[in-house]
Amino acid sequence: MKNLSWGFILLVFSAFLLNLDAFELRKGQKTERISGSAGDVLEDDPVGRLKVFVYELPSKYNKKILQKDPRCLNHMFAAEIYMHRFLLSSPVRTLNPEEADWFYTPVYTTCDLTPNGLPLPFKSPRMMRSAIQLISSNWPYWNRTEGADHFFIVPHDFGACFHYQEEKAIERGILPLLQRATLVQTFGQRNHVCLKEGSITVPPYAPPQKMQSHLIPPSIPRSIFVYFRGLFYDVGNDPEGGYYARGARAAVWENFKDNPLFDISTEHPTTYYEDMQRAVFCLCPLGWAPWSPRLVEAVIFGCIPVIIADDIVLPFADAIPWEDIGVFVDEKDVPNLDTILTSIPTEVILRKQRLLANPSMKQAMLFPHPAQPGDAFHQILNGLARKLPHDKSVYLRKGEKVLNWTAGPLADLKPW
Amino acid sequence: MKLLALHQSYANRGRSNSFRGQTPLDSAVDGGNTVKSPSGIFWLILHCLCCLVSLVLGFRFSRLVFYLLFSTTSINNLYTTTTTSFGSATDIAETLSFTTSLRILSPPVVNNTTSAVTSRVVVGRHGIRIRPWPHPDPVEVMKAHKIIEAVQREQKVQYGIKNPRTLIAITPTYVRTFQALHLTGLMHTLMNLPYDVVWIVVEAGGATNETAALLAKSELQVKHIGFEKKMPIFWEGRHKLESQMRLRALRVVREEKLDGIVMFADDSNIHSLELFDEMQKVEWIGAVSVGILAHSSHHDEEPFEVQKTMDEEDDEKSTLPVQGPACNSSERLIGWHTFNSLVYKGKSANYIGDMAIVLPRKLEWSGFVMNSRLVWKEAEFRPDWIKDLDTVVVGDGDDDIESPLSLVKDSSMVEPLGGCGKKVMLWWLRAEARADSKFPSGWIIDPQLEMTVAAKQTPWTDAPPELPSNTQKVISTTQDNTEKRATKTRTPKSRRSSRGKRKHDSKNADAGASARTSGERIN
Repeated sequence: MKNLSWGFILLVFSAFLLNLDAFELRKGQKTERISGSAGDVLEDDPVGRLKVFVYELPSKYNKKILQKDPRCLNHMFAAEIYMHRFLLSSPVRTLNPEEADWFYTPVYTTCDLTPNGLPLPFKSPRMMRSAIQLISSNWPYWNRTEGADHFFIVPHDFGACFHYQEEKAIERGILPLLQRATLVQTFGQRNHVCLKEGSITVPPYAPPQKMQSHLIPPSIPRSIFVYFRGLFYDVGNDPEGGYYARGARAAVWENFKDNPLFDISTEHPTTYYEDMQRAVFCLCPLGWAPWSPRLVEAVIFGCIPVIIADDIVLPFADAIPWEDIGVFVDEKDVPNLDTILTSIPTEVILRKQRLLANPSMKQAMLFPHPAQPGDAFHQILNGLARKLPHDKSVYLRKGEKVLNWTAGPLADLKPW
Repeated sequence: MKLLALHQSYANRGRSNSFRGQTPLDSAVDGGNTVKSPSGIFWLILHCLCCLVSLVLGFRFSRLVFYLLFSTTSINNLYTTTTTSFGSATDIAETLSFTTSLRILSPPVVNNTTSAVTSRVVVGRHGIRIRPWPHPDPVEVMKAHKIIEAVQREQKVQYGIKNPRTLIAITPTYVRTFQALHLTGLMHTLMNLPYDVVWIVVEAGGATNETAALLAKSELQVKHIGFEKKMPIFWEGRHKLESQMRLRALRVVREEKLDGIVMFADDSNIHSLELFDEMQKVEWIGAVSVGILAHSSHHDEEPFEVQKTMDEEDDEKSTLPVQGPACNSSERLIGWHTFNSLVYKGKSANYIGDMAIVLPRKLEWSGFVMNSRLVWKEAEFRPDWIKDLDTVVVGDGDDDIESPLSLVKDSSMVEPLGGCGKKVMLWWLRAEARADSKFPSGWIIDPQLEMTVAAKQTPWTDAPPELPSNTQKVISTTQDNTEKRATKTRTPKSRRSSRGKRKHDSKNADAGASARTSGERIN
């Protein structure tokens, strides 16, 4: 009798547990955990895993530049400024350089803006060089490793090549002084001069408040199949087409301008963000550089990004499995874009949307202020933490010199 | 005609400002200085030659033409004549014999052999690929729409209403001319819902086969209940009887313990689908705003006269009168917007089919939505501010509850739906033909018209049409009456017909004409 009652209680208990499992499964249906090649690292907490020392540079390298042009806080290269602010008040910051794993140099190289708001990179190499000269002469840590445990944020078009035009950037190559440092940049293209081995790719800055204020209820049905707003031909610099975006954007226009499934145009509608939330696919083709804020916007608004840029390296590529989330189309396959998109199985599309709905995914693309757990700042620190501990070869023997301080074009050697 | 080529790109570079570099690119090797080698000189000579040729010809002369001239293989990977890409140029180039010189001759292409790690992505002018028929393919458009449908369904599942409750729709009806019109509309609305529906149709005058046939067309779960009394002709009586019929249906809900949300769908009302989504939010009893389409038909008066009288009254009359919950600024129910029938005093319709305005009552049943547990027998299912149905209604007698508010002890507990009554998702309308109007049973025209008219004769003869008589004639199938019958049911009875009848008649006048022509034997 007693055994029977115990057995009954056990049965009820196990049924309850099983029910709980079922509930978990149902909840899990809505979003999926995101784990890239480095594992499930999106939600890691960098605090306690690394220590960063922030050099105190004179304000002419950072504050004064910002004061001269406060537009730098809102353009897509603002990550360098916000990263500095974040690090100053972050728990990973240490005031004791002896125990630091990484050293950060706050120099705003992308803040020299034209009247239109585009940054001019002509003085950036000199500025960077002058900053490095300063830190190497005032602190011993640069010479100890020749910069191998230092990181720099270079969010410009082609990273540390410091030019907006690709041919010139390739010609210049990465600044010779930064050869051993870790670069945190938005540009990423495989087998390209301007992407160094071991760089951390980050998304461009997109204003979080502005995007949050344009959110619409998620129950509004998605009715646009493919959405894109932007230039197809850069009439000012490349009127014929073929240079801009390697002809890919022009190909999109010529092939699909009368296709009702493709809502593409060069307009600047005020409902741009709302429209993205009503679209299933958002095109993210390359421009003059392969990266663009469209990727960030597509992720935030739950629209599957269609990335048309050969060999691109996407932000946080080791933490986020972009292959599972976005659709990659080779530039040569652009004329068949409609076939490619319509032949994706429905389950795959729904899975991609589930992955995009994951809040940690959206958080990883943003630079909010004040910083929130899981955001892009933390992902950068996680990336830096994953590179620890430093290899023994990082530390140079006394007197050993690797960097050539006189390399590079003559104009760069002038003092800033 | 664009013949893009190295020539043009170089010319472009020369013309444009310092944005464009001039040196050839070789990302693997060094910065690419100008080489004063034989190949470089050859390149220069070729360049000058092409410039001269273009000057002569008047358009850009592509150096690629030289490759094509010497090429033995055909170019098969070019899509259109407009452009070619350098990828394909190297393909062509490599099929030719002089590959070594060409490697240097096509400077934008990366030297593939010198270093192991090179990008296959090149900088420089690329072709714009256009496929031969750049227009949408209908099969793909259909596939895309299926994808969109799947995405929307998933959205509905994720963000829409979870655990939707069964809808119990209560409809009083009776057999009359406009019954098919109204019931079909309501039936299609209910059929389009994504929820389970139990449709309780109470029919005055007992359950008839006609109504049953109409209801059978739907795939819904229908409870067809007959109510013994016949529908009176006067509107007052009709409103009362309809309330009794609704109470009868509530009794059915009580007895069968149906679980769900009870709503009162009058057959002539117009519902929007959003209303049903909104109704799922009700907890016990809710109220929605009902737009009153009180119409008038003074077709014997001047139409402009009607307008004038309308304008003279206050502005409220120009907007649609709405019955429903009234809220204060903090979204709490404070009262009710009811229908002000005083304005229409003396002008309202008295009997069905009257030409005047048909007025609703103060608060219509259709504006209320209830949880079905409110009418269940057991008291534990409902909150204590609801009266038991039996205490309110004494038997099936002559009681008449004006609105479900009589069931509620504390009317402040009613939940206002639809943005606190701001959104009108339901319209009340009564459009009826005269009670004695005739219509073909089941709306099937019995093809016993044995009227044969010679083909040459048209319906529009010079002789004036037969004047309609006022007397009623029972529809008979006798031969001599067929023609009379055809005219009787399809021409206006009198000039004093209601607006609804008039619409019906105008349609029928055409139907009459066509019936006559169809009756003719076509030789």
